[in-house]
Amino acid sequence: MTAPLVETRGLGVRMGGVQVLRDVDFAIAPGEIVTIVGPNGSGKSTLLRAILGSIRPSAGRIVRSAGLRLGHVPQRLVLDPTLPLTVTRFLGLPRRVSVARAREALDRAGLADLGGRQMADLSGGQFQRVLLARALLDAPNLLILDEATAGLDQPGAAAFYRRIEEVRARTGCAVLMVSHDLHVVMSASNRVVCLNGHICCEGAPEAVAGAPVYRALFGEGTQGALALYRHRHDHHHDHAVEAAE
Amino acid sequence: MMLDDFMTRAVLAGIGTGLAAAPAGCFVVWRRMAYFGDATAHAAILGVALSLALSLPVFAGALGVALAMAVTVTLLTGRGQAGDTLLGVMAHSALAFGLVGVSFLTDVRIDVMAYLFGDILAVSRGDLAVIWGGAALVLGLVGWRWSALLTATLSPDLARAAGIDPRQEQMILTLVLAVVVAVAIKVVGALLITALLIVPAAAARPFARTPEAMAGLAAVLAMGSAWAGLRASYALDTPAGPTIVCVLALCFAVASAVSGASRRA
Repeated sequence: MTAPLVETRGLGVRMGGVQVLRDVDFAIAPGEIVTIVGPNGSGKSTLLRAILGSIRPSAGRIVRSAGLRLGHVPQRLVLDPTLPLTVTRFLGLPRRVSVARAREALDRAGLADLGGRQMADLSGGQFQRVLLARALLDAPNLLILDEATAGLDQPGAAAFYRRIEEVRARTGCAVLMVSHDLHVVMSASNRVVCLNGHICCEGAPEAVAGAPVYRALFGEGTQGALALYRHRHDHHHDHAVEAAE
Repeated sequence: MMLDDFMTRAVLAGIGTGLAAAPAGCFVVWRRMAYFGDATAHAAILGVALSLALSLPVFAGALGVALAMAVTVTLLTGRGQAGDTLLGVMAHSALAFGLVGVSFLTDVRIDVMAYLFGDILAVSRGDLAVIWGGAALVLGLVGWRWSALLTATLSPDLARAAGIDPRQEQMILTLVLAVVVAVAIKVVGALLITALLIVPAAAARPFARTPEAMAGLAAVLAMGSAWAGLRASYALDTPAGPTIVCVLALCFAVASAVSGASRRA
């Protein structure tokens, strides 16, 4: 097996006196799609932020491979209304990109004409696609998504995840994501990690969905939703709707 | 020699201060740090008092205490203390201790009033050198860190993913603001420094499509207002620092009205 891109060993995080994560042994390999699920307050975002380096672990360590290039799509980005920012300028933060590269990134994201638009004027779906386009500019080998579809409706979220699958297919980058859209996400993942302060269980989506500890956390209902999603996944008629947005 | 004229020196001081304050002020606005600017400026009065008591250069004292205040507040707010309350307590405590401290030095009380409200017409050649040196330092730092500062302002997590340490950028901004305060205290005084930081940025906002355009326009407005305010204060015999801020406020009002009208049209 190839060396993991990122590995945590015995990771523990305390925040404000609360033990948010404990004894987390987690690794993601190149090209793998891993989804972290878990109830609110289970430490999903904390794990992502520790991997990003935004949070200092209180125990254990995080090993990053030498060639690691991170792309990050945050849950949401609150732009202060006093900050003027065009889409093209945003793509060039922190490293300026050529007009041609910015255009190519926008074309690929299906946003060809929006380069001069203010970020604040974008719809929720467009905004998320711009965030993804920016994250991909540096050719990351690990893409981190923190509930990136939180503000989107279900067809919007499904289209977003199909885009993630395309990106993975094209670039081969690994994807690590947190999501509440269990039924949408799980079918797209190679591996699901169920987190609740520690790793409760992990494995292939079907295996995790059937695990007693997972059912205890999410109830029986999600299995039905998963099956429903698998059914819907055969239909691709809402592509055009998202593209025309 | 041109610099022999007090009015010329005042205009140069005002322009240099505006040039330093405007880009730094944009970050104050974007990051909602207006109160932080106030706290740093108020602390500078304590620095002035200490300098006068110890016969140190006023600029050094103001810079030192402003920097100490700014760093302390940055570190404490980073640990989850209630930032707003803490800033208020520290800002006004520093101001009060500064004013009380100065009252023991009976012969310099007039000087401290000058630092509360500014005394731009008394700017010496040495002051000019300090102001333009400070402005160059501020512009250099902001220009050097511009993209990283901007990314960290948008989102600390995005900055992390790009290999930028948001705490380091925050500290650089803290240093920049302390220098701006030390430079501006002679020009508009401690009580109006925040106006010099945020009003040009706020007036420039409606006309800017990028952060760079906003900072550039804010700098032009700040320099123009410094010049116009000094002319007006000379003609109307009004205090110079407050007159400059009044001109800036008028710029803001006009900018808001124009952008409001064009949005409705």
